[in-house]
Amino acid sequence: MIEAKAGSPLTETENIVPDTRHGVILYVEDVNLSFDGFKALNNLNLYINDGELRCLIGANGAGKTTLMDVITGKIRPDTGKVNFGQQVDLLKLDETEIARAGIGRKFQKPTVFEELNVFENIELSLKGQKGIWQNLFHKLSGEQLDRIEAILYTIGLINERFYPAGRLSHGQKQWLEIGMLLAADPRVLLVDEPVAGMTGQETERTAELLTSLAGQHSVIVVEHDMAFVRSIARKVSVLHQGTVLAEGSMSEIQSNPDVIKVYLGEEQG
Amino acid sequence: MNTQSTNLFSLSSLLGQRNPLHLTLLVLLVATVVVSLGNILFPEDSILHVSDYTVSLLGKYLCYALLALAVDLVWGYCGILSLGHGAFFTLGGYAMGMYLMRQIGDRGVYGNAELPDFMVFLNWTELPWYWTFSDSPIWMVIMVFLGPGLLAFVFGSLAFRSRVSGVYLSIMTQAMTYALMLAFFRNEMGFGGNNGLTDFKEIFGFSLQSPSTKLGLFIATAVILALAYCLCHFIVNSKMGRVVTAIRDSESRVRFIGYKPEHYKVWIFVVSAMLAGLAGALYVPQVGIINPGEFSPLNSIEMVIWVAVGGRNSLYGAIIGAMIVSYAKTRFTAIMPEAWLFALGGLFVLVTLLLPKGLAGLMTKLKSKKSESNSVEKDPAALRAES
Repeated sequence: MIEAKAGSPLTETENIVPDTRHGVILYVEDVNLSFDGFKALNNLNLYINDGELRCLIGANGAGKTTLMDVITGKIRPDTGKVNFGQQVDLLKLDETEIARAGIGRKFQKPTVFEELNVFENIELSLKGQKGIWQNLFHKLSGEQLDRIEAILYTIGLINERFYPAGRLSHGQKQWLEIGMLLAADPRVLLVDEPVAGMTGQETERTAELLTSLAGQHSVIVVEHDMAFVRSIARKVSVLHQGTVLAEGSMSEIQSNPDVIKVYLGEEQG
Repeated sequence: MNTQSTNLFSLSSLLGQRNPLHLTLLVLLVATVVVSLGNILFPEDSILHVSDYTVSLLGKYLCYALLALAVDLVWGYCGILSLGHGAFFTLGGYAMGMYLMRQIGDRGVYGNAELPDFMVFLNWTELPWYWTFSDSPIWMVIMVFLGPGLLAFVFGSLAFRSRVSGVYLSIMTQAMTYALMLAFFRNEMGFGGNNGLTDFKEIFGFSLQSPSTKLGLFIATAVILALAYCLCHFIVNSKMGRVVTAIRDSESRVRFIGYKPEHYKVWIFVVSAMLAGLAGALYVPQVGIINPGEFSPLNSIEMVIWVAVGGRNSLYGAIIGAMIVSYAKTRFTAIMPEAWLFALGGLFVLVTLLLPKGLAGLMTKLKSKKSESNSVEKDPAALRAES
């Protein structure tokens, strides 16, 4: 088994294969995090199965984005454990190493490289080859070109491939960022509000894409749009005040009295 | 418009977007040849004659152009606004100056074969340890790169690893060059104090006073500028260069797709510092002096203005900007020196407001307008792919 230590050479993190013999790819256990006395995460426990599509819902400030920050190494929790598979301790890796190990992230606000064109955005996101000297002399292989082309078709930006990413519409940027995630081919995709600012049709296509990704990848989606969540989710976790309030299918969640009280109740009221 | 042609993703279509490399090299070559011929072939009273003074002046401008390339590499492409590139330039200059000092030999005022004049004046009896190998040209070349490179590496590693960026980084670079200026002003540093290093006699055995040496230095500077331009062109058009541009656009995103932005930033900062050092080393024999005044924060700010005027994010823009602003400075300071700083400041404000992408941006705009009117009915994606 590979055990990643702090400061381990980067080449090793690329070879990390999470141990998922128990069917769980992401373990988040007893995680606590407070900012200036405010408990952003409070004894949070979450287990994501290999290949599952999980939706995280919750009101603003429930800790959804903070949880993503913790998993991707942007913020270190005060206490708790975050493991990738059974063995790999994510709290000992930094953002770059976690990304290389196979956890990809799409931000809430679409962040693409505005001055580079769509093609280049995907190119940079491709798995592997992240060193300086190798990139100085790097040429795309035929295989990589095919891969980029396939992704451009999938995200529907084939005709815009030479547009600077900054000129894309908001929805297209969202798609591009999803394409960048696909290029990185991570084991776990963290997707923060993928359909914000999308039209109904775009939302539908996003739902289809995310559903098709599950199975080969584990997908965690944070979303406010309840109709969207209903359309894709098999399993939903409800976050409230930094802890998991309820977990289950959408209909179970909707009939859960706690949830109705704190979350769905608010929405209806 | 059917865009699924077979060579859709051929590399040439990717790299072929507007290639100013050949044009820039050609202009540089022609200019160098014209100036050289004008200097050698035509007699002094001819209208086509290029005086020795002009040759040295143009050589100085070429050094500034090389320096502007260095600034553009970190600022234009990586978004690191360095207000301390004068430090790297001056260190390279001092490395060259030390070598030239030792070439004076016993022809100095005090006639001491071993010690430069200023050391004799300070009653020093032997060379400080860091002057030991300074009479070796190989050592000089090594130090021209090593001095600035090492400083950039240490500074960059500390700053970028602790994720200092934006205005804080700019202020730190400014402080760095200011601190170096104060240090080099001290006589105890052993670099000639506020007089700096001067009175050079010859370089590699050629007299610095002779017109042919001056022309030789001018041509050497032009060749080195061309090589540096090719190097920068190669870097910014490689995948490495695209990562660097991506870092400028969104550093955290780069981190989340598995790159180490701080490594890239340190690398590009060091390369840039070395180019600046090289520019300084070429500058010193052509102007005949290097002193701590070159560390002055103002000089570093002026470099940034060159790049802003010429167009950041464009290599040839940096060269044009350095040339134009330096020429303007030469003319302006001859007429009313006290107003130059106001003119420079005004220029910076104007460029920022009216030409955010500088002269190069203006040229690109004019060009694309022309080509758009030529091919109105073309699909924009296909147009970009072809251009």
